[in-house]
Amino acid sequence: MPTYRELFSELKKRVREATPQQVADLLRSQDVQLADVREKNEWDAGHLPGAVHLPKSYLEQWAEDRIPDKGKTTVLYCAGGVRSVMAADTLRTLGYTDVISMSGGFNRWKDAGLEWVTPESLSPEQAQRYSRHLLIPEVGESGQHRLLKSKVLLIGAGGLGSPAAYYLAAAGVGTLGIVDSDVVDLTNLQRQILHSSERIGEPKVESAKRTLEALNPDVTVVGYQERLTSANIDRIIADYDLVIDGADNFPTRYLLNDAAIKWNKPVVHGSIYRFEGQLTVFKPQDGPCYRCLFPTPPPPELAPSCAEAGVLGVLPGVVGTLQANEAIKLLLGIGDPLIGRYLLFDALDASFREVRLRKDPECPVCGERRTITEYIDYEGFCASPSEWQAEHAPRATTAAG
Amino acid sequence: MSVTVRLPGALRDAAGGKTKLEATGGTLRDVIADVDRRHPGFRGRIVDESGRLRTYVNVYVGDEDVRTHGGVDAAVPDGAEVMIIPAMAGGR
Repeated sequence: MPTYRELFSELKKRVREATPQQVADLLRSQDVQLADVREKNEWDAGHLPGAVHLPKSYLEQWAEDRIPDKGKTTVLYCAGGVRSVMAADTLRTLGYTDVISMSGGFNRWKDAGLEWVTPESLSPEQAQRYSRHLLIPEVGESGQHRLLKSKVLLIGAGGLGSPAAYYLAAAGVGTLGIVDSDVVDLTNLQRQILHSSERIGEPKVESAKRTLEALNPDVTVVGYQERLTSANIDRIIADYDLVIDGADNFPTRYLLNDAAIKWNKPVVHGSIYRFEGQLTVFKPQDGPCYRCLFPTPPPPELAPSCAEAGVLGVLPGVVGTLQANEAIKLLLGIGDPLIGRYLLFDALDASFREVRLRKDPECPVCGERRTITEYIDYEGFCASPSEWQAEHAPRATTAAG
Repeated sequence: MSVTVRLPGALRDAAGGKTKLEATGGTLRDVIADVDRRHPGFRGRIVDESGRLRTYVNVYVGDEDVRTHGGVDAAVPDGAEVMIIPAMAGGR
């Protein structure tokens, strides 16, 4: 049996090595995969920019996730250039065809005065709390930091807002703004899971804040106990990365749409009626807006609210949770968000359908010739849409039909 | 020419409470007229007095918005599904 020394010198013959300077040149001139095979505490103290963390202890299990291209040049480094030689040999047996170990490791890299970065690190408690996120390569530690720094505004702490805010808080979205002027009432509790029997009569934003901050102390909840209006929306929306629309009325939805275009904020839209839910993402510039989809609201007598028509309690749970899912994807920049796609859920059929949405070139707020360039009287517009249009925006009534 | 018309909850009261019904017609206009014969008043929920689609209702044939295919003149192939999607505001 060979001794460690003999084994190592055998490995050195098989593994290609490069000095830190050669690696730096390679990184500048070529598309390579770069992995740090040290342990987490070493990584946290500083690492090469652009490297992925692939600790030697998890090398075989994680390699295909973190450095997926076996045909690409792959550079490994550790602290002094020993562990990376062994790791490089292991990768070769996994089918990686061009693996380089950086001689002298991170220590020599630093000594050479080359650039390195310190990652923001999670506290030990955060590392545990978000451990299931950290295991997913698409989220990982950098994604989790991104969520912790993100700010999401929820319109409504009701049926849709409850599950959406709950999951966003659990996921560690650092700031949740909640706009709601209501107080908790007994009829809410069949579906609005942020609240509870003992909080009847309490402002919903306060009840929501207590529930969410108890679930996750990393989250700051900013309550706006007011109704969203043309006068306050600019002040409220400006600070946030995206908005979750769980409003219960058309004037708020049209106002939010116009403000989101003005401020260039994506809106994750959800709406519910009895057993049916609708969901999409309105991303200014990248896709249609709410007015492209519905140039006007229906007359009030044809558009009953949940309070008038009723709603299956679990339905907002399904739709609000999907809104949280879209929000997290947008924040992390992963997957295919529902931009230009309208997802329809039917609780009775247990079916999902999807239709395509198109940007309307005639849209009065995001189209080529904009006729609505400032906030309008949304209550008046929604109370009698055709009269409002005839008076203010005659062109919009000529939309193809 | 037989097609299926899928109705949202908010429009079921205008079509005898059904979630979907069979209808005939080669264009959306004909399909709406066929449903309206059995459920008078249905037509007025989808199109306005001048015969254009109402701006708070979207109609899809398959996954295509009929507005980009001629509105009420859009062709409805045999066996197609016509889906009506109204604006809904509910969120609480």
